[in-house]
Amino acid sequence: MKTLQVLETAYRATVEEQDDTIVWLTHAMKGAGGEFGLLLTGNAVCYAVHGQRAPALALGAWTQSHAADLGADVAALAAGGVPVHAVEEDLEERGLLDARLLEALTVVPRAGLPQLFDEYPRIWKW
Amino acid sequence: MTTALTFALMDAPFENSRTVTMFRIIGAALEAGHDVNVFAYEGAVALSFAKQAPHANAVHGRDAAAENHPLPRVWIESLITLAAARGRKLDWVNCGLCVDERGVAEAIAGVRRGTPADFWKMSMESGNTLTAGTR
Amino acid sequence: MQNYLLIESRDPFTAQAAPGHVELAVGLRRAGNAVTLYLVQNGVLPARAGADGGALHEAMTAGVEVLADDFSLRERGIGGRDVARGVKPAVIGLVVDRLADAWKVILL
Repeated sequence: MKTLQVLETAYRATVEEQDDTIVWLTHAMKGAGGEFGLLLTGNAVCYAVHGQRAPALALGAWTQSHAADLGADVAALAAGGVPVHAVEEDLEERGLLDARLLEALTVVPRAGLPQLFDEYPRIWKW
Repeated sequence: MTTALTFALMDAPFENSRTVTMFRIIGAALEAGHDVNVFAYEGAVALSFAKQAPHANAVHGRDAAAENHPLPRVWIESLITLAAARGRKLDWVNCGLCVDERGVAEAIAGVRRGTPADFWKMSMESGNTLTAGTR
Repeated sequence: MQNYLLIESRDPFTAQAAPGHVELAVGLRRAGNAVTLYLVQNGVLPARAGADGGALHEAMTAGVEVLADDFSLRERGIGGRDVARGVKPAVIGLVVDRLADAWKVILL
């Protein structure tokens, strides 16, 4: 059963988890046979920005080995057949409409959300 | 006829009112006679940590016993008891990787360790699923 | 026609996303769906009579059923007479009923 993952919270614990935990969860459940779409809303639309890469955190002698690569993780979902959408107004508010974004991204105006929601039997907001 | 319902939680104990809202919904689901699955993800894996301990409240002049401070692990134990009394199932699954990184493996009896695949399976086998993301 | 229960736990006074959620509820309703907006936690704050609840009123005019969690209302000292006209207090069991009836239930 198709499920739309709606992601709003962004950059929460992404340094210490080295992933966005919902993007990661989606990857894991897809591997278990799930069929998903991903809707980026609010600050999560920033995940569609091409080429972002978190810097490695360094504290004392400790340096992080695998800083999060959120853009690549979202792109990998798209490459794996997960439709990835972002809310147009949220992109615009954040100055991203003219930015280099994920190529497979579908930009959806807020007015188009009811139609998108109707396409999915299940909608999980995170 | 009742249907199994699945819930996903993310917030650590004592951090967000959504946790209480979800517990209220889960409790209501069991009271209504539904089987319930819970997938505790991220900070929510600490909800069942066995070492949560009550404390006194000097501001209100109450010792630990009198304060009877709410503890999520006690809530879960109470819901497990409720489910058993009603002949229903409460399957509480903590995401194992989240447990490991938080060091909260010592959980109360009646919950189990699992993976995102368990959440997916539970959701597919139940009538509906409600997720509570964190902010 | 589909059935949507949108659970709003945040208030429009401090959460920028909240007005967009009411907009979503209205959009879903205008698309021909049955829509209920269940206010919980601080989400009940605009349901106090006299609060800036214009968006809720707009939702109700569009045919969205607006309910407010009774526990959350009491927690915030919003008594029966203090609830804005058209908003109905409700018990949390309603969420369970809608889940069991296969509504699309979303905690916003």
